[in-house]
Amino acid sequence: MTDAIGSLPPLDITRAPEGGEIGPVQAGWRLALREFSSNRLAVIGLAVLAFFVLFCFCGPLVYHANLVTANLNATNAPPGAGHPLGTDNEGIDVLGEIMKGGQASLEIGFLSAILAIVLGALWGAISGLAGGFLDSVMMRVVDVLLSIPFLFVVLIVAVRFGATVLSLSVIIGAFTWLVPARLVRGEVLTLKVRDFVSAARTAGSGHWRLINRHLLPNALSVIIVNVTFNVADAILAVSYLGFLGFGLHFPSYDWGDMVSDGTTYMLDGYWWLIYPVGFCIVATVMACNLIGDALRDALDVRLRRR
Amino acid sequence: MILVGISVFVFGLLHAVYPSPARVVLGPRASLAAIAAWNAAHGFSGTVFTQYWHYMDGVLHGNLGYSFKLNQSVAALFGERWARSAYLSGTSLLLSLLIAIPLGIYQAVKRNSLGDNVATSVAFTAYAMPDFLLYLIAIQVFALTLKIFGFEASQSTSLLAIIADWRDMTLPILCETLLILAGYSRYMRSAAMDTLAQDYIKAARAKGLPERLVLYRHLLRNACLPMITLVGLSIPALLAGNLIAENVFNYNGLGLLFFNSLQNEDYPVLLAYTLVGAVLTVLGNLLADVALTVADPRIRLT
Repeated sequence: MTDAIGSLPPLDITRAPEGGEIGPVQAGWRLALREFSSNRLAVIGLAVLAFFVLFCFCGPLVYHANLVTANLNATNAPPGAGHPLGTDNEGIDVLGEIMKGGQASLEIGFLSAILAIVLGALWGAISGLAGGFLDSVMMRVVDVLLSIPFLFVVLIVAVRFGATVLSLSVIIGAFTWLVPARLVRGEVLTLKVRDFVSAARTAGSGHWRLINRHLLPNALSVIIVNVTFNVADAILAVSYLGFLGFGLHFPSYDWGDMVSDGTTYMLDGYWWLIYPVGFCIVATVMACNLIGDALRDALDVRLRRR
Repeated sequence: MILVGISVFVFGLLHAVYPSPARVVLGPRASLAAIAAWNAAHGFSGTVFTQYWHYMDGVLHGNLGYSFKLNQSVAALFGERWARSAYLSGTSLLLSLLIAIPLGIYQAVKRNSLGDNVATSVAFTAYAMPDFLLYLIAIQVFALTLKIFGFEASQSTSLLAIIADWRDMTLPILCETLLILAGYSRYMRSAAMDTLAQDYIKAARAKGLPERLVLYRHLLRNACLPMITLVGLSIPALLAGNLIAENVFNYNGLGLLFFNSLQNEDYPVLLAYTLVGAVLTVLGNLLADVALTVADPRIRLT
């Protein structure tokens, strides 16, 4: 996207020998942006995600709920006056819990995705650029780690190292960097043979400059699509960890943990403990998936038209 | 080669996380001397490498370790439960294959019709849903409100009794089928659409072949190829058990064993479990590659 072609001004060819008129050609990220915004589902996804970010982070500034003190007079109260989504078994407001839990989920999602992408992109770029023995060793490591079932190993490590936002992000990121590494390596292998890389090498670029200024920016489309899907997967993974009891605990909240607590009261019919949280999880993950799908279509179209 | 790497990594990781079960077995008040003695007696002393060597030696002879919390060999624990897990996961896998393949072909043929859009939306929602939410919703609607099915999976220890107990087993199997289907149908749909655009379909139609035969003889066989890879990738789930389903439905399979071991810090079971899961993943990939070569003569293993 910050390619040699993209830095030129848009071409304006209004006459052609055969085939009629051609409109102005837009290359680079402007085209991708146009493709993305013409996809209605993607815009909806983006709006939903933005809504959830605002809801979780700015919501508590508007809606003040006491999330620390138990109020045993109003435990398990149904949605009503003062508590739009009811209270849980300690009398704490559910809507406030959802906001706080959402903060944790979104933070862990984005943090682990960034961690995964940084580690994965560097690993893949170094591996692809180096080639030969180093490449096969690095890819063997990726294959070995990919073979281990993700949920099991994350659970084992999470049990041991406790649950804070940072530790969960690191744990999830530590096992999701493998797919971006493979993808980036593939991209680097195709980019390596292109002319601009040879030109850069001839001009005296060292390895790091090549990676930072030339290879990674051109692999950016693959990286960005992968980041979006990583965020969705990380939010799901955090909810699984929370549901199984290994997520965040009081005084911080965790969407999966809230569902698990609500399950105790299913037979009593306290639906507000489970379904609103569940809906938030589904909506956030779906929004990320929609954005990821649309980004992939937008960026692939750009590649095809080039 | 990869198997050796996996075993080294898994063993190293678990050793770093849980150095020895001595603390768990002897209790928090045991003295350091007692722990050291226990470690020496049960093979947990010595360097990581010697422990790894002994462990691998045992594994290759069929001894997967011994669970001190449950006082049984790990192999016996697995042997009790693998059939139940295999039944649940296997039936779901089979059902979702049987549904995904015709559904994908239908979606490709009737592209962008109402049925296609409905199916894509349902699959997309199920894909974005965490497993436990779908199970809880299904339990709420079908077991608690409508009271058609049972809300807990069959607790029987006999496999035949479990298979016969349709009232309790239907919900877990159906929900798992839907979740697997959500992933499969996306691939099947795009594979079927790609195959439909091929020239030989056009040629078959031009020949005058009835549409039904075009679909069955040409489209079906060629669009199924990606499914082979997907099935190969799903094999580890078959035997490793579905952790969350078994947790929610309280089904005594391998997944629930893993979960209980996590809470009890039963390190030998966890180690054996992760190892078996990783080995199955590698084997599944290999099987998928081989099956793909057999099914598609155009592919040659390099």
